[in-house]
Amino acid sequence: MDFFDRFAVPHPSPAIYASMVAIGLTVVAIIAGLTYFKKWGYLWREWLTTVDHKRIGIMYLISALLMLFRGGVDAIMMRAQLAVPENGLLDAQHYNEVFTTHGLVMIIFMAMPFVIAFMNFVVPLQIGARDVAFPRLNALSFWLFFMGAMLLNISFVIGGSPDSGWTSYFPLAGNEFSESVGTNYYMFALQISGLGTMITGINFITTILKMRAPGMTLMKMPMFTWSTLVTNVIIVFAFPVLTVALLMGTMDRLFATNFFTTANGGMDMLWANLFWVWGHPEVYILILPAFGIYSEVISTFARRNLYGYKSMVGSMVIISLLSFLVWTHHFFTMGQGALTNSIFSITTMAIAVPTGVKIFNWLFTLWKGKIEFTVPMLYSIGFIPIFTIGGVTGVMLGMSAADYQYHNTMFLVAHFHMVILPGVVFAMLAGLTYYWPKMFGFKLNERIGKWAFWFISINTLVTFMPMFISGLDGQARRMYTYSESTGFGIWNMISFIGAIGLAIGFALIVYNVYYSIRYSPRNIGSDPWDARSLEWATHSPVPEYNFAQVPHVNSSEAFWDSKKNGHVLYKGELEKIHMPNNSGMPFIMACIFFLWGFAFIFAMWTTVIITTIGIFACLAHRSFEQDHGRYISVREIEETEKKLRGA
Amino acid sequence: MKIDNSLPLEYSTEENQTKILGFWIFLGAEIMLFATLFASYFVLVDRTGSGPTGAEIFEITPVLIETIVLLTSSFTIGLAIHAMRIGNKKAMMAFLTTTLLLGAGFLGVEIYEFVHYVSIGAGLQTSAFTSILLLTLGTHGAHVTFGLFWGLFILMQVRKQGLTPETANKSFIFSLYWHFLDVVWIFIFSFVYLKGMM
Repeated sequence: MDFFDRFAVPHPSPAIYASMVAIGLTVVAIIAGLTYFKKWGYLWREWLTTVDHKRIGIMYLISALLMLFRGGVDAIMMRAQLAVPENGLLDAQHYNEVFTTHGLVMIIFMAMPFVIAFMNFVVPLQIGARDVAFPRLNALSFWLFFMGAMLLNISFVIGGSPDSGWTSYFPLAGNEFSESVGTNYYMFALQISGLGTMITGINFITTILKMRAPGMTLMKMPMFTWSTLVTNVIIVFAFPVLTVALLMGTMDRLFATNFFTTANGGMDMLWANLFWVWGHPEVYILILPAFGIYSEVISTFARRNLYGYKSMVGSMVIISLLSFLVWTHHFFTMGQGALTNSIFSITTMAIAVPTGVKIFNWLFTLWKGKIEFTVPMLYSIGFIPIFTIGGVTGVMLGMSAADYQYHNTMFLVAHFHMVILPGVVFAMLAGLTYYWPKMFGFKLNERIGKWAFWFISINTLVTFMPMFISGLDGQARRMYTYSESTGFGIWNMISFIGAIGLAIGFALIVYNVYYSIRYSPRNIGSDPWDARSLEWATHSPVPEYNFAQVPHVNSSEAFWDSKKNGHVLYKGELEKIHMPNNSGMPFIMACIFFLWGFAFIFAMWTTVIITTIGIFACLAHRSFEQDHGRYISVREIEETEKKLRGA
Repeated sequence: MKIDNSLPLEYSTEENQTKILGFWIFLGAEIMLFATLFASYFVLVDRTGSGPTGAEIFEITPVLIETIVLLTSSFTIGLAIHAMRIGNKKAMMAFLTTTLLLGAGFLGVEIYEFVHYVSIGAGLQTSAFTSILLLTLGTHGAHVTFGLFWGLFILMQVRKQGLTPETANKSFIFSLYWHFLDVVWIFIFSFVYLKGMM
């Protein structure tokens, strides 16, 4: 029994036991369902082994939505706990675990896969490519991310969740103060999914640089593709820093090294610095693709080309450079001295300039446009004022002298939610609605979508505006309760009501998906929004090979030109198309990575050695494997095209 | 697969060109990885706690052997790629084999060095300085170890399949990787060992 003791949850509660039962039943239900409907083969052939960027994109999307639910439940639990003073719903330890996993899940396992879902689905279509540069690595990216996410998500029922915040500062995250395996889960979940993200970064830079349609120079790429390129450059340069930091943290916890300890010369601030050297660019990894989606949506529904294309590109490049130069503003109060703080204050505020350029470009795109208020457009327009509130309070926090007042209060929590919600979440919901017809061949219901938009945008304000006030009054973040005499009660109650409103908004989106699957009209053609870029120039849903012929491009809006200005997209004859073969190896390798991480977390060294050998065996197998892909013949293409045109 | 004969074999197809570009981007990430390690090293180098300093434990002989062996291996992998370009399979394999043997020699001396450090009380857990020293050296050493297996697999494929666009591409990418490890070692030699011994 000793062996199994290590898997026990250190701070059990009825809610955790209930979750265990729920997880067990869900797994049984999924297995039984797949067996009963004989879907195992379908699942393996069409999804688990796929290397198709569109299917991988959809899998990222589904994972992101599942994680949104998980992180949302965490959020509701926190707001409920704080709704009234001296509440006993969660104890201190449980509250610590909940805010830690809320942050981790929402940033790493919800927002990241959400933006990568759109990169996967949209970018190859926008540049007129058949797939990404390395389709099999793309599948590996997804499965590594997925296994990392699963690893974090089993932590609260096996061995205990991480509980030292999503920033996991040492020495709090060291063995002395975090005794459970929770922080080990943190290290390995992030390491494994981070590896996947790293590979995505390399893959998409290569794809965009090498696989654009003829005629599409860099300055003729659609704005979302540009944002993806800049984002992936940030990924490639930011994630290795996290890799090293996590490696050091892991070694401190498992091998008693002295990187971040407080004895033998260890330096806890090194973790904080390394974490934020990755962590701040990470913010822009999330926001730049969101800006890309807004650019697409706004120019489509304002019926105008994007204002200031070059300045849009320039400001993204400047943001990407500055994003590496501001990390210290996350800990102004932790002892760098006035000169360092002043320099980082200035770089921080400098980022507001290129961001402001982008905001004005969107406003000028709307100027004199024939604006159509569809759901994606509502999110894009709602984004501008709400994001500005978050942005302006960000400049307040960026002033290092003033930051001593705001640091680690609810004011900060309000600020970053007021940028991430309108900045990233609204963009993802806009993108979801906008690209839904391209993914699945029908639109989401507009009426329900508008209800959801109003619920979400109003309740964003209801939830987070009160935190600015309670924060300025001195309510610290990450405190599991407060006394009545502080007077924070009323603001937290309003926040709780707003959180319920947000939950209703997201429930409406789920209902909308159900409703639209049943009732939405299917014969909407391939270009339901009258859009401007290449992804709308092929059928919906998109055939496996994306484009029967490679499109020819003359401007950043080639499809619009082909509709309105007589540009010819497709020239010449059909040719056979070279496509990559499916492979089970990425999935198998990621499963081994899952076991590898799990074994490390619980210090089961035999399993660690076996799985490490397994990982290298997979790599060796790949080295010797001969796989030249396959060809789709002209006759097959003609048949598919005929069927899709007829539908 | 369209083969463009005006280009060297390793660049001759579109797929090959894509792979080489992708690998260069990967090396960009690797530079960042080692840059982070070096930055952490410089932060922690004087934080020796109750353990020894660099000057007390570094020995010039094994370090010089490692340096000469690894630099030579970088030269021989260059010769291997040159042999590949002129289509001399036998010479290419000979130089690749030499490279891998030199790599194994480097690794042997490094393992000796690690055992030596631990035996004189400069282990992984001694102080922040020894932790980051062994992590930086160890990360480089792990890369070399990985490279040995990778190079061996490529050697076996070249032997069996000859110099095809595919094997030439793999060999060329491997040579980029090997040169990169050499560059990292030059930084380790200069800024860890020489600076530490001054």
